[in-house]
Amino acid sequence: MKEFDVLIIGGGPAGLAAAISAYDNGAKSVCIMERDNRLGGILNQCIHNGFGLTRFKESLAGPEYADRFVKQVETRNITVMLDTTVLSLSGEKTVTAISPDRGYFEVKAKAVVLAMGCRERSRGALNIAGARCAGIYSAGTAQKYVNVKGFMPGKRIVILGSGDIGLIMARRMTLEGAKVVAVCEIMPYSSGLRRNIVQCLDDFGIPLYLEHTITKIEGKDRVTGVVVSKVDENRRPIAGTELHFDCDTVLFSVGLIPENELTKNAEIPLAKNTRGAIVYQNRETLCSGVFACGNVLQVHDLVDFVSEESELAGRCAAEYAIKGISAKGGVNVVNGKNVTYVLPQKLDLDLQSNGLIKLYFRVSGAFRNCVIALSCGDKVIVQKQKKIAVPGEMETLVIPKDKLSLIDGDLTLTLEA
Amino acid sequence: MEVVNLTCVECPVGCSINVTVDGGKAIKVEGNGCIRGKLYAENEVVCPKRVVTSTVKTTDGRLLPVKTDIPVRKSAMFEVMGLINAVVVAPPVSVGDVLVDDIFEGAKLVATGNAPTK
Repeated sequence: MKEFDVLIIGGGPAGLAAAISAYDNGAKSVCIMERDNRLGGILNQCIHNGFGLTRFKESLAGPEYADRFVKQVETRNITVMLDTTVLSLSGEKTVTAISPDRGYFEVKAKAVVLAMGCRERSRGALNIAGARCAGIYSAGTAQKYVNVKGFMPGKRIVILGSGDIGLIMARRMTLEGAKVVAVCEIMPYSSGLRRNIVQCLDDFGIPLYLEHTITKIEGKDRVTGVVVSKVDENRRPIAGTELHFDCDTVLFSVGLIPENELTKNAEIPLAKNTRGAIVYQNRETLCSGVFACGNVLQVHDLVDFVSEESELAGRCAAEYAIKGISAKGGVNVVNGKNVTYVLPQKLDLDLQSNGLIKLYFRVSGAFRNCVIALSCGDKVIVQKQKKIAVPGEMETLVIPKDKLSLIDGDLTLTLEA
Repeated sequence: MEVVNLTCVECPVGCSINVTVDGGKAIKVEGNGCIRGKLYAENEVVCPKRVVTSTVKTTDGRLLPVKTDIPVRKSAMFEVMGLINAVVVAPPVSVGDVLVDDIFEGAKLVATGNAPTK
């Protein structure tokens, strides 16, 4: 059986950055398994610009951002297995996979990095009534059709959900000649970035219906229209508020779900709020030597932060493989008032780590002039002021090194409005 | 004199910017977090511009992602799309290759993906 120091599952932005970092931190044999026929993951279909502003201080298109990492992988002695689907992972870090070239095969690794990314939440998860006809797509599928395959899914579009992919697709479909008649969002605010509302909707006069959802899809063989209703504060449709839109296509942009089937089957504990693995600050899961990073761990807004997190996971996976450095015990970090999740969920304060501990979290509503505080019992360890905090934008909080000695129990992160 | 409120689109922060406009020009910019935001706001009240990203065909039937190297007039975006859609390129093409020297008012059309020879 072939053996690697570090095996990375997934060749998107997370897997690429983790592989490079594992290699540069001393892992002698690094392998990436990717189920697509090329590296880069979803970045390949994200042809819009705006990637890399944090990391490279320039605005890159998705494939350009991916290319920078692919080139770095190519200049290192990293094994890349394309068209390779991982079927299972065991706690002993044996992976079974399948590919057209190799058939069914097994490899063993000292450390594994989970970098499988997300998939889109589907119509089925929303229980929307109406016809099961052609013309209903997830926004990401439509994006692949338009940007990679080269055909248009439809001409008159209604988009449900105002996440970034939905907004980006509203602009893309419009530029390619389709008419986007409405974007509906069930919440009173968009979950997308403010700038995408401006440059994808406002620039083209596309209306955004907040607190509205699709209550019926009409059509026999093909979508012919949708019924959209206003919702109350409990997100239930209000009778009598129905609007009708003629359309031939409905796109769903209603959230991303970390793709953790492998993780679950390996019996690695997941957090309910992130749907990703529970991890320590080194991104090690509760299964020793298995690490996770990128969107399979928590859904990021910006690929720049995926790369950053994955470099950390890659480095720590290399340290595990070479020196056996592993996180154990430690304290829990819990989301408190107005915070929906915080990651990492565990801190091992004895872990040899040469980086700062940075907490990532999301807030539960739109807040102005709020205070974010990390406390241990009655002690406030760190706090910071925030002018605006919204659920659509991931927040971070760094724990300074000199504050670590104050921690003597579980931590709670809260937001006071 | 009037004050225009804008959301900056230069980066994901999306600063809320107030621009004081007089005689068709920005005379004061407030709320921007960086110099990119100031330039964006000054330009936005005079002649809004956007980078256009799209795809072109390759001679062997693939799609290649492209962008304009500088922002082009927002009001001309559909015209620019028409010009981009007429472009066909022969592989091999690499990220950063200039495909058209002047696609529209001085903007270059640049490849953002690779199309190696098959």
